[in-house]
Amino acid sequence: MVIAQLPQPVKPDSKFRKEVEELSGEKISACFQCEKCTNGCPVTFAMDIVPHRLIRSVHMGLKDEVLSSDTIWVCASCETCTTRCPNGIDIAHIMDTLRQIAQREGRKTSQNNVPVFHSAFLSSIRRHGRVAEMEMALAYYLKAEGPAGLIKQAGKGLEMFLKGKIKPIPSRVGGLGQVKSLFKKAEKRG
Amino acid sequence: MKVSYYPGCSLDGTAREYGESVEMVCRELGVELEELEDWSCCGSSSAHVSNDMLAVSLAARNLEIAASAGMDLVVPCAACYQRLKVAEKELAAGKKVEGVSKKFQGGFKIKHIADFFWENVGEQLISSKAKKSLSTLSPVCYYGCLTARPPRITDARNPENPQSMDNVLQSLGANVKKWSYKTDCCGGSLILTRPDIAWKLVQKIMDMATEAGADCIAVSCPMCMTNLDSTQKEISRNTGKEYHIPILYVTELMGISFEILSVKKWLRRHTVDPQPLLSRAGLI
Repeated sequence: MVIAQLPQPVKPDSKFRKEVEELSGEKISACFQCEKCTNGCPVTFAMDIVPHRLIRSVHMGLKDEVLSSDTIWVCASCETCTTRCPNGIDIAHIMDTLRQIAQREGRKTSQNNVPVFHSAFLSSIRRHGRVAEMEMALAYYLKAEGPAGLIKQAGKGLEMFLKGKIKPIPSRVGGLGQVKSLFKKAEKRG
Repeated sequence: MKVSYYPGCSLDGTAREYGESVEMVCRELGVELEELEDWSCCGSSSAHVSNDMLAVSLAARNLEIAASAGMDLVVPCAACYQRLKVAEKELAAGKKVEGVSKKFQGGFKIKHIADFFWENVGEQLISSKAKKSLSTLSPVCYYGCLTARPPRITDARNPENPQSMDNVLQSLGANVKKWSYKTDCCGGSLILTRPDIAWKLVQKIMDMATEAGADCIAVSCPMCMTNLDSTQKEISRNTGKEYHIPILYVTELMGISFEILSVKKWLRRHTVDPQPLLSRAGLI
């Protein structure tokens, strides 16, 4: 685990907090740093800024540190933090908001495989209205790890095929036009 | 009993044995599953990462279909369940959701299948179908994240200690073990993007199941199944500790107890072969 270097002392700047609060609808300023989120989080071992410090960092306006953190991408979205927060802050939702801002601003991340996966997943929905698992996995491995990565997964793929777990022809939704239009409208709204 | 059914994208692919066992078990219980006509993906774990509006509207499209069918909606996948519930809550709060007509009234319940079995089908009917007691099996029940959390969305009565699978399997005689890892995360899609993280989470779940004295793990989510079942060889190789714990869908265990004929076909699709354990237990 790499511990992120946070600048100290920090001169608070409320602009970023307000941006995140407005986009997420969550009240970050309600956090009193009880650390319940961090204590329940199953992936802190892989995070560079643990959840309660991430929330505090948003509060302090440390935009660059937050948006380039590993934390926002290695969070598993298990929602334990959200469930246990005594102040009703939907921390998992804030993670989503931070990911959205990071993607919109084209922030670089060492955890690039995560956004690559989500984009492969969404492309599959867009194409068929449903996720074609094999096609999605192929697209992901090819983009994330190149042909070598794809070859590494071939054995597993074959095993799944032999066990009848790969549907050769993806099913397609009749109302595919509706699904595509949901994508278009959502993208327009940002 | 007739209900609407939202299978989700995995149930005829990676979770094929789940789809097959759900259908057979429901048939045995006299539950008629009417698949939502032209359902589409709920957006799963990817839509909410990139766009809140997309996440809600993809799920909501299916609620509109379910509303016109007018029956309660049964969902076998934990992630689908939670995303559909998120959309339900947004609509109930009166928010405008793209693709859903203003006339949308709701008027039906969304149920995860394990809760549906226990709360709607009921103990009496389930245990009346048992031809074999599962008393020679000691499962722990693993619920994962998203049927439980967060409770204001899922309406889970006991998000830290859910009971429906425990109850169903106990009513079939199983020696269900208590443990405290019922709702700990398996890593979800990190299995593709950061397998090192997911393996650690899965290993912890395996260790805790073993410590609880379990000989298998019952699940009710395709993602949980994939992560627990297909990673054990790699985890054993990486850690030098042998892992070989059969993972079974709750519906497969029900099918075994009901003596449904196609059970073996389902079991052959697993990575960790559950057949030796089940045959030692005298169940197949």
